[in-house]
Amino acid sequence: MDINWTLFGQTLAMIVFVWFCMKFIWPPILNAIEERQKQIEEGLAAADLSQEKLAEAATEAEGIVAEARQQATGILDQAHARANEIVADGKDAGVKERERQLAAAKAEIEQEANKAREELRGQVSAIAIASAEKILNREIDSKSHQDILGKLAQEL
Amino acid sequence: MAAESGHGPQTSGEYISHHLQNLQVCKNEAGEWIWNDCAGNFMTINVDSMFWSVLLGLIFVVLFRSAAKKSSVGKPTKWQAFVEIIVEFVDSSVKDTFHGSSRLIAPLGLTIFVWVFLMNLMDLIPVDWIPMAASAAGIPYMKVVPTTDVNITFGMSIAVFFLIIYYTIANKGIMGFIGELTMHPIAPPTKGVGLIAAPFIIAFNFILESVALLAKPVSLSLRLFGNMFAGELIFILIAILGIWQLPLHFGWAVFHVLIVTLQAFIFMMLTIVYLSLASETH
Repeated sequence: MDINWTLFGQTLAMIVFVWFCMKFIWPPILNAIEERQKQIEEGLAAADLSQEKLAEAATEAEGIVAEARQQATGILDQAHARANEIVADGKDAGVKERERQLAAAKAEIEQEANKAREELRGQVSAIAIASAEKILNREIDSKSHQDILGKLAQEL
Repeated sequence: MAAESGHGPQTSGEYISHHLQNLQVCKNEAGEWIWNDCAGNFMTINVDSMFWSVLLGLIFVVLFRSAAKKSSVGKPTKWQAFVEIIVEFVDSSVKDTFHGSSRLIAPLGLTIFVWVFLMNLMDLIPVDWIPMAASAAGIPYMKVVPTTDVNITFGMSIAVFFLIIYYTIANKGIMGFIGELTMHPIAPPTKGVGLIAAPFIIAFNFILESVALLAKPVSLSLRLFGNMFAGELIFILIAILGIWQLPLHFGWAVFHVLIVTLQAFIFMMLTIVYLSLASETH
């Protein structure tokens, strides 16, 4: 139990071990711990940031989709309106055309009929005159044929 | 068990004192190195204490160095994780107490904590195993718990003592150190008639403060030594009881695990506290 040289031996051993620990053990371990703490901190911050960005992107996407939908509805409405317009236009044009053609055909028919009537009238007059001449040439009996000629003239 | 650990039948007293005897080598008056006849000789080395102390220190150094060498940030091994728990525990203890910046104090705390813990832990090895093995190998004495040797605890606290003085001088200057020893706790008068009393007050302060300063390493080492020595002694006393030692030994060992850890922690913590007091500038 006496104090002796062991004291100095132990002090020396302690100095050596503490020096070794200070030089070769403490720094690498603490560096690893601190480095890891930094990495975890950065990782968490990055996760937060990306979550925020994700939310932002989601709202943005929603906005875009809503806008696109609105646009699509607009385009559809426009297309419907235009189609209706075209159909209406077509119908109008058709009706007009038909009326125009109908009128033209009617006019032509009228014209043709008048022409034929004129022609016929001429021919009938000629025939009547010829037949009158013939009758006159053979027997002029004004009295007996007066009624026939009168009738004829009336018919013309 | 009692009895035959070496030289035939023993009494309980012989058994106990045999267990408390260090394996020593010393230089006698004739300048020769002799074994185990060293009572009262200052030029003695307690071979067993030194051996176990250095061996455990090496175990600490090698184990922790292996973790430090392979330490990785991303994928720590289990052993590295365990070492990091201890390192972080010591680091936070130091940061709570010591507010200056020092590259020495935290590694010092870690070394003290683990080393003292390992030395204390030797107490849990049944008291006869290693001494009996040693005596079978022809070694007459073997005290396996280095911290039950007052030289070992004093050896460490003296290193701490010099660090305290170094830190005081480094942070407050040599005048600050002298001032701390002489100007507290009673401030000597600097003018008037009271000036006559100043030398007496300074002498009084010096005695008081010197005792306070010296009490730090003494209390530090004796606290550890006393706790471990008492624990070891109780283990030895239990070992005398024969078969009934088993439950008692278990019970005491469970308590002793607490003491082993606590004393290592206290030694570390007080070292940090003393050094932070020394480097505190008012």
